[in-house]
Amino acid sequence: MAPGAVIDDVRSAVRAGSSWSSPKLGSGIGFEDVTVSYGKLVVLASLSLTIEPGEIMALIGPSGSAKTTALRAVAGFVRPASGRIRIGERDVTDLPPHARDIGMVVQNYALFPHMRVEDNVAFGLRARREAKEAVKQRVAECLRMVGMSAYTQRYPRELSGGQQQRVAIARALAVRPRVLLLDEPLSALDAQIRHSMLQELARLHEAMPSLTVLYVTHDQTEALTLADRIAIMRDGRLVASGPSQALYREPPTRFAAEFLGRANLLPVTLEAADAGDGLARVRLGEISLLVKARPGLSVGRDCLLCIRPHGIAMRPGGRPSNELTGVVRAMQWQGDLHSVTLETQGVLIRMICAPLRDPPSLGVRFPIHFAAEDATLIPEDA
Amino acid sequence: MTSIAAPAIRRTSFNTGWQWVLPPLFFLSVLFFYPLALIVRESLLGHGRSLSLSHYDAVFTSGLFQDALLHTIVIALAASAGCLVLGFVLALVLSFVAFPGARLLARLIDTFIALPTFLVALSFTFIYGSAGILNISLMHLLHVRLPPVDFLYSAWGVILAEVTVYTPFVLRPLLASFSLIEPAQIEIANSLGAGPWRIIRQVILPAAIPALLAGGSLCLLLTTNEFGIVLFISAKGVITLPLLVYDQAVQEFDYTTACVIAAANIGLSLTLYSLYRMIITRFGGFRAGLV
Repeated sequence: MAPGAVIDDVRSAVRAGSSWSSPKLGSGIGFEDVTVSYGKLVVLASLSLTIEPGEIMALIGPSGSAKTTALRAVAGFVRPASGRIRIGERDVTDLPPHARDIGMVVQNYALFPHMRVEDNVAFGLRARREAKEAVKQRVAECLRMVGMSAYTQRYPRELSGGQQQRVAIARALAVRPRVLLLDEPLSALDAQIRHSMLQELARLHEAMPSLTVLYVTHDQTEALTLADRIAIMRDGRLVASGPSQALYREPPTRFAAEFLGRANLLPVTLEAADAGDGLARVRLGEISLLVKARPGLSVGRDCLLCIRPHGIAMRPGGRPSNELTGVVRAMQWQGDLHSVTLETQGVLIRMICAPLRDPPSLGVRFPIHFAAEDATLIPEDA
Repeated sequence: MTSIAAPAIRRTSFNTGWQWVLPPLFFLSVLFFYPLALIVRESLLGHGRSLSLSHYDAVFTSGLFQDALLHTIVIALAASAGCLVLGFVLALVLSFVAFPGARLLARLIDTFIALPTFLVALSFTFIYGSAGILNISLMHLLHVRLPPVDFLYSAWGVILAEVTVYTPFVLRPLLASFSLIEPAQIEIANSLGAGPWRIIRQVILPAAIPALLAGGSLCLLLTTNEFGIVLFISAKGVITLPLLVYDQAVQEFDYTTACVIAAANIGLSLTLYSLYRMIITRFGGFRAGLV
């Protein structure tokens, strides 16, 4: 089904059913100092995080960072040792999962294998004892939304991975949840289908702007594409959170910079905290550079200068621009881009650019540029 | 060259295959099929020299045989139903209720498979018998002279003993079947608003049906042929087909009648075994876990 058709169907479903504009859908999620432990082992430590109504929050982090534990705590499958969890105005910490009004989608779909597609989607509605006619109407509406109307009589085993995931999403949305919890929903799909499902999720949310979504993933591309805000977890702790673009452009810590996309991190010393126009001056070896100022850093402090690979160019871009001389150490052609590894001031940095017609040879020395606004300071001990 | 070599290899493997089949076929014939054939022959010939179904007619119309057949079927069905219910409940608890020692408990229940069946009947006499722990305790407690619990020496005692012995035959496939259910399915069902009963009914039970059918039909087969428990309990008026064969052959020395009843028992067993194989074929392999 064409993406445009899906979005039209979603919008018509919203108009026709009016159930998506239910006030329930405007509920946010609140973690208030939530700690989860198994015996003496603390797996999630003092998580405080608020997800606004209608917001998509991506919870990302490496394996074992407790991002899924946080999601399962919202769902009610994990009981916090301390702290409170709120959905909307309601404290749900002590409520069983079936009383929380949530929709959940997991990595392996977890469709009921012995039920046809329409029965899978109707499961939650029947569990809530909705009227037969209402169930029928709602199932049809949800399947139309995810482009699966033609597959109502199929069993899950007769569907592809992407189709199963659509059914899982329809099943979660059918009960008109207060919040939608997505636990690595695209991990089991291949790259192409993952990309198209990501677009569809974005469109579904565009058509249901009041739906709050907590999206757990380890894939930074999914997080950056879909989320309004991103929270980064590490070793059971929240290490950074903020609007997706801001977090990407100005990562607060080295871990955030390296986990959320690729980053060149150059060791610099702060020469001037305020060099005018919101800029600061730093020293990299023998060279002085202008970078974006960061409040709270004192002159003489050792910092890391974070520049994204695509922020480095062979020609000067934004003003003011910095210039370094790099020696080509490695070159990779990746189809739609070239990845060039350069050595400058004793540090290896990566530059990503459009495919070069005449790429430089290894060992060649040439100037590279980056705009001050694309260079962010990170305290070295952060 | 390839066209010459290929048939040569095929012919060698064909011949070798038959050679491997012959020794077990020989032993089966000598130890199993031949004695079975003798039973059938005896049931058809009897003391006469010509083949006749008259013995079958006489046995099948006798009240003793009909009672034994009825007892066999009723006890087997009741015991199998008990095994299914108890096995399902135990498997649910062992699979989905987290408690320390669940695996050990499952292993302990499994050990019943390894024990001789009459041992359970023997242990039941110590617990539920007239002079068993339960009755002695109740007699002291209630100040009565006769044992108040008096079910062991009836069909109920046989059924209870058979349920105890054969429940692991249902439990084992159920545990295997439940291990294939994704925990996420149960969690999702719960998050969608389903309570425990709905989850058991609509998520777990459908996944368990192949295991229930396979375990249940195996139990039915085994309880139909159970001899040790019925003999050991010696319940009043409870005679099953295997016990009737024993009775006619060893106590009455009427081998022809014993062979007719044995042939009927074999027919019943083979029918039940065919049912069991059909279920295994239908739901086994890649279809396991699907209904």
